[in-house]
Amino acid sequence: MNAKACWLLSLTLLLGACEETTPTPQGFAGLGQASDAFLAVTPQRTLQFPADHGAHSGYRIEWWYVTANLTDEQGRDWGAQWTLFRSALRPGADQAGWYSPNLWMGHAGLSGPFGHQVAETLARGGVGQAGVEAQPFHAWIDDWSLRSTHGSGLDHLQMQARGEGFAYHLQLDSEGPLVLHGKQGYSEKSGQGQASYYYSQPFYRVSGEIERDGQRYRVSGQAWLDREWSSQPLAAQQQGWDWFSLHLQGGAKLMLFQVRQADGEPYRAGTWIAADGQTRALSAEQIHLTPLHWSNQQTGRKVPTQWRVEVPTYQLSVEVQAIETQAWMTTRFPYWEGPVRLSGSHQGRGYLEMTGY
Amino acid sequence: MDNLRVCLLALLSHWRRHPLQFFSILVGLWLATTLWTGVQALNSQARSDYARASAVLAGPAQVQLIPRRGERIPQSAYIGLRRAGWPVSPLLEGRLRFAGEPPISVQLLGIEPLTLPAGLQVAGQSSERLDLASFLGEPGQAWIAPDTLQRLGLQAGDVALTLDGQRLPPLQLQAQLAPGVIVVDIGRAQALLHAPDQLSRLLLPGDFSAPALPPTLLDSLQLQPAADGDDLQRLTDSFHLNLTALGLLAFIVGLFIVHAAIGLALEQRRGLLRTLRACGVSLATLLGTLGLELGLLALLGGLAGVASGYLLASLLLPDVAASLRGLYGAEVAGQLSLSPLWWLTGLAISLLGALLAGASSLLRAARLPLLALAQPQAWRVAQGIWLKRQALVACALLLVAVAVWRYGDSLLAGFALLASLLLAAALLLPALLDGSLALLARLCRGPLSEWFVADSRQQLPALSLALMALLLALAASVGVGSMTEGFRQTFSGWLDQRLAAELYLAPRDGDQANAVIGWLEDQPGVEAILPQRRVELRLQGRPAQLQGIVDHPTYRQHWPLLEAQANAWDKLAAGQGVMLSEQLARHLRITLDATLQLPSETGVQQLPVVALYADYGNPKGHMLVNVDWLRQHWSQAPISNISLRVAPEQVASLKSALEQRFVLEGARLIDQQGLKSWSTQIFERTFAATAALNSLTLGVAGVALFISLLTLGQSRLSQLAPLWALGLSRPRLAWLSLAQTLMLSSLTVLLAMPLGLLLAWCLVAVVNVQAFGWRLPLHVFPVQLLQLALLGLLTSLLAAAGPLWQLARQSPADLLRQFADER
Repeated sequence: MNAKACWLLSLTLLLGACEETTPTPQGFAGLGQASDAFLAVTPQRTLQFPADHGAHSGYRIEWWYVTANLTDEQGRDWGAQWTLFRSALRPGADQAGWYSPNLWMGHAGLSGPFGHQVAETLARGGVGQAGVEAQPFHAWIDDWSLRSTHGSGLDHLQMQARGEGFAYHLQLDSEGPLVLHGKQGYSEKSGQGQASYYYSQPFYRVSGEIERDGQRYRVSGQAWLDREWSSQPLAAQQQGWDWFSLHLQGGAKLMLFQVRQADGEPYRAGTWIAADGQTRALSAEQIHLTPLHWSNQQTGRKVPTQWRVEVPTYQLSVEVQAIETQAWMTTRFPYWEGPVRLSGSHQGRGYLEMTGY
Repeated sequence: MDNLRVCLLALLSHWRRHPLQFFSILVGLWLATTLWTGVQALNSQARSDYARASAVLAGPAQVQLIPRRGERIPQSAYIGLRRAGWPVSPLLEGRLRFAGEPPISVQLLGIEPLTLPAGLQVAGQSSERLDLASFLGEPGQAWIAPDTLQRLGLQAGDVALTLDGQRLPPLQLQAQLAPGVIVVDIGRAQALLHAPDQLSRLLLPGDFSAPALPPTLLDSLQLQPAADGDDLQRLTDSFHLNLTALGLLAFIVGLFIVHAAIGLALEQRRGLLRTLRACGVSLATLLGTLGLELGLLALLGGLAGVASGYLLASLLLPDVAASLRGLYGAEVAGQLSLSPLWWLTGLAISLLGALLAGASSLLRAARLPLLALAQPQAWRVAQGIWLKRQALVACALLLVAVAVWRYGDSLLAGFALLASLLLAAALLLPALLDGSLALLARLCRGPLSEWFVADSRQQLPALSLALMALLLALAASVGVGSMTEGFRQTFSGWLDQRLAAELYLAPRDGDQANAVIGWLEDQPGVEAILPQRRVELRLQGRPAQLQGIVDHPTYRQHWPLLEAQANAWDKLAAGQGVMLSEQLARHLRITLDATLQLPSETGVQQLPVVALYADYGNPKGHMLVNVDWLRQHWSQAPISNISLRVAPEQVASLKSALEQRFVLEGARLIDQQGLKSWSTQIFERTFAATAALNSLTLGVAGVALFISLLTLGQSRLSQLAPLWALGLSRPRLAWLSLAQTLMLSSLTVLLAMPLGLLLAWCLVAVVNVQAFGWRLPLHVFPVQLLQLALLGLLTSLLAAAGPLWQLARQSPADLLRQFADER
């Protein structure tokens, strides 16, 4: 899923990219090239839990990504995003102290009836300012955390973060199993072998409180957690991606992404997740994604905030509309991430992420 | 346009016939611009370095958390605060020593680039734009300013080795970084400074409104709000103002030369100007041409002046930098890097000066009666009226001086006093000389002596400007020399008295202080251990130090007091009084017996002022209280210094034992002799620049006199020819002329002495008090006065020698021709 900003994270941190820099295919080339001695992603590896909830030293990039679709007591739509990225400056095992190769970056977003707010924080690894422990699960950076409250693995999490003028404090309780994408968690990102390990927990029930400009709101809804790590996720000519995580009415879930390529057809893949957690990987020809309407963002960039999404195999044909079109993440590496509503053959809500625009 | 060209050519032809005048104007402008721009270069270099220093996070402008005790904070406090949501960024400071003679000490700053407050500039670039991979990765980077790199004798990309053999990451040039600082990643700083898991300070964003500190950290950390304005800038202001005043003086003396030369040139070209007007050249064209000519001269002189001003500044900079470092702890680069603006300003100043100096001449040219005969004598007659006007202006200026002295209360007023005094004296000089000569004329019997005096009076107008320059330069030398010498005596006497302890020790932190004291108690030969605790305060917006001392005879016998109540030391010991440094008392406008309010941890404390003492050289205010009283109200006040009374024969062995046992590097442990010579050295360097500028000014005055005499010499032939015809030999005439010159300059030198002493008094009693806050006794040094007087006479003798040599060798034919040419 969130084949996202993360991949750019390493770019951001390594090359010192800044908001004014538009990512170019050339810019990605560095990532598309050799992964040195970082560990390679192979189909043979079997994911092991709870160990794989923790950080994976030796891989270049990794993230813990939660998006929540929420409703307040007045029935208004809200969206909350909590993300922790890990990026290694060099291969090899982690080490304690300032010489740790790991850099951490947290992004928090809150979208709602009053607009979109973003916070970002950075930390060095090795000194305790940020990190992830697998058992009991605890991911944190500064005073933001995603922490297991009881039970095992990722079943019951408390999620909190805050930024300038906003904060949220949410309880996540899973109502279904973990979901492995691609081939048992081995998720290809191009036809040339770029891949990542990728699993999700899309079945969270959420309740809690959000705060905006001093006002508190009780909210409830659904959330989706993504875990992904890799060393060399993108092909040289790949420009950016569009990623959808959709909660369908009736309990099914749908994950879709496309990686846009400079030289023609985008690379598409996805996972159909039945209400009981059974999964079916979707191939490129089963997925149709069409931008319908583009919105100008505050930075002057245009992104498609309305899409037609079709998966004929499951008789799905919906229009996906951003709830807040101005969900631009004004972080060191900027991207678009916000809640969406769907209408058409299916009703539901979800999250959309778009990078490389 | 053609008019202008012809006119310009006609005017310029004058310089071909009088190259000497041309050079005098040029030299005047050149010297004036040199001294002025040189001083400005020093000032602007120092100021830009202060700005660089505050841009390196070292400045107090940042809101920060600092340790309550000692110098370090455990890293866990940083993590704890981050995890509690505080946007702190860690900083570790220390010093590294590199090979050199003496070893070069450089400040090491460890930063954590990911958490630096947004918008904070590091080495001139915003923290969001750092090249993190190179800075954090292997082998990393050590940022260094070009001047520091040069001081270490290394190149960019080199790996520097400290004295204890540690390797720094490759050096990376950062032009905007402050001098004397190396910036590395915090992890590397901890390794280089042997401070694992230790931090010095935690930076906070400027707009952060801090909640209360977590209770667990309340004991060890305190929030330090951003200081208002730049202390360094303010502290060093008076130093720079002093330099500026000296530069201005030199500039004015230089303009005297220009004024004299331009005036003379105009006088000699009266005929030409009249002819041009008669030929139909309009007044506007004529004035325009004269102005253009002046502008060209100013441009030439200005270019040369700015270039040599740069040279002068680079020669003086090491001394200025050393004294700024010693006095204020301000790091100033040892080399100049000046903006284009500085060069342009230098040229503009030269143009402005030329315009000022030539304004009166242009005015006179504008009023030139078209048909009047060209009469050099008429000018002289007009001078008589001028003389009276000058005297009137001088009297008015004297009144201003008295008023400023009486009512002025700022450094600027002090300099206004100096300026009006000097200007008044200079303007009065011709009248005074004329008066003295008139007096002398009455005593003269015999034609030759009467002629001698009368002719001297006739020379006076032409020479008066040069003599004024001599007066000013000499008076400034006497004044500044007396002040410097007086300060030197007072200062060294004060040092001898105040530095009574044999060893001075500055422990790293409270733990080391306790360890040192514990160890010392068992050592033989240690007669007294005198720990001092110190708190840094701000009183009325200025930094001040509150020092707590124990009651001991060392202080009672050796701490010199300027004013004191009876039993002042007993009151201090009982915690019933505070002693204030002279400059702090002046700043706070507090006198003996008044009550001082001190904002302490336990509320505002009130203590009577029981004594005032001198604290020369300390830019911060200073206060003494009893150490127990201090601890009652500042429970965390750290031990800042320990003075040791040791049997003289034990000093060396105890010092080396302390050095080895507690690893006390360089400045942390110093014996009495070392401290004295260090202080004296700073003192000497502080006045080195002053002395250099001063002697240059005297040199300028000498040049002015020389040029005046030289130009005068040419026009005096017509006066001397009749005497020669009457039977006086040429050498005799030359001797008589020399005697005339020496008489005039002796009178000037004689007047310069009391003026210089008055100036010295103004400096010690007004300017120093305003600039530094201390008042020195006025010392008169007869030998120094005599030396300067002789130097003044020698200058005029040298200046007179050339023209007279010419006169003595003048061929009789030239003298005869004077009669043929006479109109």
